[in-house]
Amino acid sequence: MSTDFNPRRLVQVGAERVSNVSSTDFPGHYPGEDHSWNLQEFRRDLRVEIQRLSNRSIEFDLVGVDASIANAFRRIMIAEVPTICIELVYIWNNTSVIADEVLSHRLGLVPLNVDPALMQFKANLDSATDHNTIVFELDITCTRNPGAPKASENPDELYINHEVLSGHLRWKPAGDQLTVFEGLPAPGPTNPNIVLAKLRPGQSVRMELHAIKGVGKDHAKFSPVATASYRLLPHIKIKKSIPPSLSEKFQKCFSPGVVKIDSRTGSASVDENNVRKDSVSREVLRHPEFVDSVELSRVRDYFLFNVESEGAYTPERLLPEALKVMREKISIIKNATQALKAQIEGTGSGDVDMVDT
Amino acid sequence: MFYDDEENEWDRLNKTSWNGLGLTDPVKSVEDKWLLLPAFLKVKGLVKQHIDSFNYFVDVDLKNIVKANNKITSDVDPRFWLKYVDINVGFPDRNEMETVEKKVTPHECRLRDTTYSAPIIVTIQYTRGKNIVQRNVNIGRLPIMLRSNKCVLTGRTEAQLARMSECPLDPGGYFVVKGTEKVILVQEQLSKNRIIVETDNVKGVVQASCTSSTHGGLKSKTYVATKKGRIYLRHNSIHEDLPIVIALKALGVQSDKEILLLTAGNTEAYKIAFSANLEDAAKLGIFTRQQALEYIGTRVKVNRRVVGPRRPAWEEALEALATIVLAHVPVNGLDLRPKAIFVATMTRRVLMAMNDENMVDDRDYVGNKRLELAGQLLALLFEDLFKTYNSNLKSAIDKVLKKPSRTTEFDAYNTMQFQGDHLTAGFVRAISTGNWSLKRFKMERAGVTHVLSRLSFISALGMMTRISSQFEKTRKVSGPRALQPSQWGVLCPSDTPEGEACGLVKNLALMTHITTDVEEEPIIQLAFMLGVEDIRLATGTEIYGPNTFVVNVNGTIIGLIRHPMRFVSQFRKLRRARRFSEFVSIYVNHHHRTVHIASDGGRICRPMIIVEHGRSKVTPEHATYLKDGTATFDDFLRKGVVEYLDVNEENDTYIALYESDITPHTTHLEIEPFTLLGAVAGLIPYPHHNQSPRNTYQCAMGKQAIGAIGYNQFNRIDTLLYLSVYPQQPMVKTKTIELIGYDKLPAGQNATVAVMSYSGYDIEDALILNKASLDRGYGRCQVLRKNATLIRKYPNGTYDRLADAPVDENGMTAKRYDIIQPDGLAGVGERVDPGDIYVNKQSPTNASDNSFTGQAASVPYKNTPLTYKSPVAGYIDKVMVTDTENEQTLIKVLIRQTRRPELGDKFSSRHGQKGVCGLIVNQEDMPFNDQGINPDTIMNPHGFPSRMTVGKMIELLAGKAGVLTGKLQYGTAFGGSKVEDMSRILIENGFSYAGKDMLTSGITGEPLEAYVYFGPIYYQKLKHMVMDKMHARARGPRATLTRQPTEGRSREGGLRLGEMERDCLIGYGATQLLLERLMISSDIFEVNACQECGLMGYNGWCTYCKSSKKMASLTIPYAAKLLFQELMAMNVVPRLILDDAS
Repeated sequence: MSTDFNPRRLVQVGAERVSNVSSTDFPGHYPGEDHSWNLQEFRRDLRVEIQRLSNRSIEFDLVGVDASIANAFRRIMIAEVPTICIELVYIWNNTSVIADEVLSHRLGLVPLNVDPALMQFKANLDSATDHNTIVFELDITCTRNPGAPKASENPDELYINHEVLSGHLRWKPAGDQLTVFEGLPAPGPTNPNIVLAKLRPGQSVRMELHAIKGVGKDHAKFSPVATASYRLLPHIKIKKSIPPSLSEKFQKCFSPGVVKIDSRTGSASVDENNVRKDSVSREVLRHPEFVDSVELSRVRDYFLFNVESEGAYTPERLLPEALKVMREKISIIKNATQALKAQIEGTGSGDVDMVDT
Repeated sequence: MFYDDEENEWDRLNKTSWNGLGLTDPVKSVEDKWLLLPAFLKVKGLVKQHIDSFNYFVDVDLKNIVKANNKITSDVDPRFWLKYVDINVGFPDRNEMETVEKKVTPHECRLRDTTYSAPIIVTIQYTRGKNIVQRNVNIGRLPIMLRSNKCVLTGRTEAQLARMSECPLDPGGYFVVKGTEKVILVQEQLSKNRIIVETDNVKGVVQASCTSSTHGGLKSKTYVATKKGRIYLRHNSIHEDLPIVIALKALGVQSDKEILLLTAGNTEAYKIAFSANLEDAAKLGIFTRQQALEYIGTRVKVNRRVVGPRRPAWEEALEALATIVLAHVPVNGLDLRPKAIFVATMTRRVLMAMNDENMVDDRDYVGNKRLELAGQLLALLFEDLFKTYNSNLKSAIDKVLKKPSRTTEFDAYNTMQFQGDHLTAGFVRAISTGNWSLKRFKMERAGVTHVLSRLSFISALGMMTRISSQFEKTRKVSGPRALQPSQWGVLCPSDTPEGEACGLVKNLALMTHITTDVEEEPIIQLAFMLGVEDIRLATGTEIYGPNTFVVNVNGTIIGLIRHPMRFVSQFRKLRRARRFSEFVSIYVNHHHRTVHIASDGGRICRPMIIVEHGRSKVTPEHATYLKDGTATFDDFLRKGVVEYLDVNEENDTYIALYESDITPHTTHLEIEPFTLLGAVAGLIPYPHHNQSPRNTYQCAMGKQAIGAIGYNQFNRIDTLLYLSVYPQQPMVKTKTIELIGYDKLPAGQNATVAVMSYSGYDIEDALILNKASLDRGYGRCQVLRKNATLIRKYPNGTYDRLADAPVDENGMTAKRYDIIQPDGLAGVGERVDPGDIYVNKQSPTNASDNSFTGQAASVPYKNTPLTYKSPVAGYIDKVMVTDTENEQTLIKVLIRQTRRPELGDKFSSRHGQKGVCGLIVNQEDMPFNDQGINPDTIMNPHGFPSRMTVGKMIELLAGKAGVLTGKLQYGTAFGGSKVEDMSRILIENGFSYAGKDMLTSGITGEPLEAYVYFGPIYYQKLKHMVMDKMHARARGPRATLTRQPTEGRSREGGLRLGEMERDCLIGYGATQLLLERLMISSDIFEVNACQECGLMGYNGWCTYCKSSKKMASLTIPYAAKLLFQELMAMNVVPRLILDDAS
């Protein structure tokens, strides 16, 4: 990892303000320099590195793109990568204390493990088919547990089915869904332990639930991520060496592991491999003894992404899915510009051919 | 050996412990003394004032009233008598025949629109023939205050309360009358039987006044006032002002020397000021008592109904002086000496005030106020009703006894059975209308009771601590509205409404207690025992002698004391030893050289820790007892560790706020400083960092916040119920919040707030909301509305009925009948669309005539359904069918709407910072921090500089620290989590100490150039929602009379172009627009008028001229035509002079 970044790539982190937030590498900003876009240079600088991958989340670095591109990925992951969620609730019976609308709302928020690629969008007026709708059933009645210990006050012992959990959703396969989902886990919630309602003896809930495909900008429940976000790589530059007597205090001004102290000399230095751990709390800028001895900044085109998946997608699939959505969007614009161009040149009507290429 | 012993002794002193402490150890402070507060609230409760007062009424006052009116005799038969021996109130029961289960719960009364009341049983003795019989009779029903001694909820466990559908956090203290919850607000009044000296600077008048109030309920006001340098006695029952010397002579002080001594004493200045009065009396030729009485007698108002022999004037005067003037001063036989001394004292107070302006009393001083509670008001009401009942009973008995021959022996018991429900109806009427009009006591008060606001838990609680003043709201006086220093600790300085009632409506502080009457006779005996000399034995020289202090008990002068300090301290010692009630107060007034003992009801007091010899009597040990729950607050009182002080007695004390402030002079220690705020202001975190009006605004707004209202909220059917779907307890709590249970019934959510500007849709306090947060349930609320109807039975035998949905010829039902089930009611859970019918009621068309033949089939019916009118669909939440006390079937339908926040909904933090939602932004457009956290709400920073709500900033900081450590933080007033600690937590967790985060714009993806204050703040959703207010109309209904558009949203009314708007158009000269707005779009009307006579005709015909020749047609507003006709109806002829008619 290179220690020194081009100062033009840095966003200055001051005590009270952030400066140089926008990139300047576009043509015409620096006199006499050519900053026109260049594929070779872009290829050389672009880097995607996975830092950590777990079942539910991924951390990766995206280096060498403009903030607008990185942000577009983030936005698409939040709002435009489709997922499957319960949208229509047909209530036959609900005698729980929780109101129908509220229970329906809670059901909608349950993340499902259905791969959206296997489903189609259902437009408003479309009727439900096996291609656009997955049907679940919820039928649960609470009863007293005859074998409950006498003095017990624990509802787990006293009652049977006293909680409606997401795991109680039963998939009702329709049409050729059995074959489509063959070999895949049966459609259901990703987490079977979400409490949807509490019941007491005599109360029951019976309903049919229709899950459809949708996107996060329509409703947050369709967002495939708990969150997708990025931060910029911190950059710490020690301008004046820190006196050994203060090095421990200096170390405490940063997140653990960012600053290392040489055990022999007692001098503090930045551990270049761990700078990314710093939370940029600006604590060091608060102490008068460190004034002018350190410069905090962040690298403008070095994005440390953190994406938490909360639905059907494995975390590593989310960025490619976002790319897919983005390419679709680009192709629409491309088609539109081509059609516009054709109209100007007099060879076309100007109407966009919406057929995907 | 000896040496050894000595060493041991030394060791013991030096090392071993006294209660675990060595001599050199520092004196520990009692950290946990605040635990006294929950202990206090445990015994006293939040609304103990109301409940104590009601209990006192039921247990003591009721019996006293009956004792005072206990005998009924007959004018017809002198041998007959009836005596009330005892009176008791039972437990609430169902007032219906043939019920198996007699017990009734308050919740059943709320649902069934009945009254939660208990029977009043009197034990009577009376003559039946030659025997004396004793029996119990039910004379009526008394509405019972919830959680009082007679209430079924008192002393129940949470599980038992749950079985009765009652919330354990509900404070009680209100009544359920005809299904509505009614509170009798605390009324503030000037104290009775005390002398108040006032001046009128404009007229230069000094007057001492005293409102006498005896237990009989008689009230009269006596003045001793100056007029042109002379002093007069003034009273309503005397036509003219009496020269004070004549009044005193009439009261038995004949000698001028004695009068001078009693009033002016030996003070030269007073003597000079008073001497003129003596001359005046001499000029009038009045020297003896008899002359004085004659003088007064001719001026007394005589209102005698019974025409008897005219009494001589002096007798009239004597009676007036003995019974009406200063009625509260006891008169034994005709010994008017105490009264004379009282008048003399009043005169002296006037002389003192004339001499020194500082001797004038302050009416607004809380010590001069008394609070009147439910018990006192009910006692007055009962006395009035009971007296009427007795006179009715007497005349009924007389009527029977008058009959010369009876077949059966007369039994008064039977007569009592037929007395009707005068008492029951009287109570119910008074409480449900709030009109206390008791002619007998010259009392005419309206608006005494209010419907308990159940908008939120806090609004209900806030109502129970409210105090209303008797002052007129319209008067622009600042005195009674101002914050009084004496309000400290007893009345909340923050919780008062804005606008016209500002400062007049107050709220009790957290630890305030209001006293009930304590018997004064034993107290007087005790005072005599402690060395007080009877006032009747004293002369002026002694009364105003050096070292003597006058002793007053409840305003009446009882005697003199020559060692006041010793007397007062002995008295207090006895009180601390619990030899008499802890609520009796004693204090010394050095200006007037008096000692006042008060045992009357309505005084405001609060508990305080006693400090002796510079050390708090509450020790850390005591705190541990409280922690284990082995000691209650009463134990502390009994031990003499804690005592109640009323506002007057507080003046005799030197109270330390904190233990570290104790000096050798300190007498008391404050239990907790934050108790100076009330329950509502106690919700505000860090209120001591806010500008004070902000706390006041929050007190008003906290009552409008939507949240949970009680554990029984889903069982209630209220007219309007607002509930939050996902209420949260605040991240930053206060101790008050825990004490009142707001953490269990919260009204708000912890929103992550970014203090920054965004989009420009956030000006003027508007808020930006995150759409994803709304999707996930932030700010979601439910509005439930009750719709009730009676299925009536009519006097002619017909009755209303419910019908199933009508079917048309194709066998289909209309859409609006969709949800009606065969029983004629909508199904629970069904969606109700606008225009749908949810109760398909039908009423007979002949309900008021006598055409009913007895055959049900022949009754013609018309549809009288209940139709859903709201423009937004709802869901049937509950349908209840029951019957009322008078056997009518009652149907209540609860319709629910679940609402998600929308543009224009109102939100507020807990710091008087309200705002409406100005824009809803997608999650991806919201800024985010390094963790990827988006704000739920963006607040514009311009809200801070002018409002100076620093408490809100600290709340954010503490909240953020709490979130990071997974703990709730405290923002208790004058305490709470410290900013330094919060900052340290932030630093430890890798955040900036200032709470400002580096955010990235969600739109550009670039970092924001400024750091943004970012963290959780508790936000309340207020009940004002656009959905209920939005209104516009192009055309619509018109009023019948004027044909102008109707007014108001509920009638789909027009938007008025008012006179000021009209003025603008006139000023601008937009005549055509004016014409259009005021006539064409409103009530345009074509009228025919005759050019000959100038009157209006019709169809081109003038009925006056009997001609159609000169008719012209003109366009005028219908209202103008109406005016002309109304004028003609009043014999005024308006004639239209038509100039340019074609």
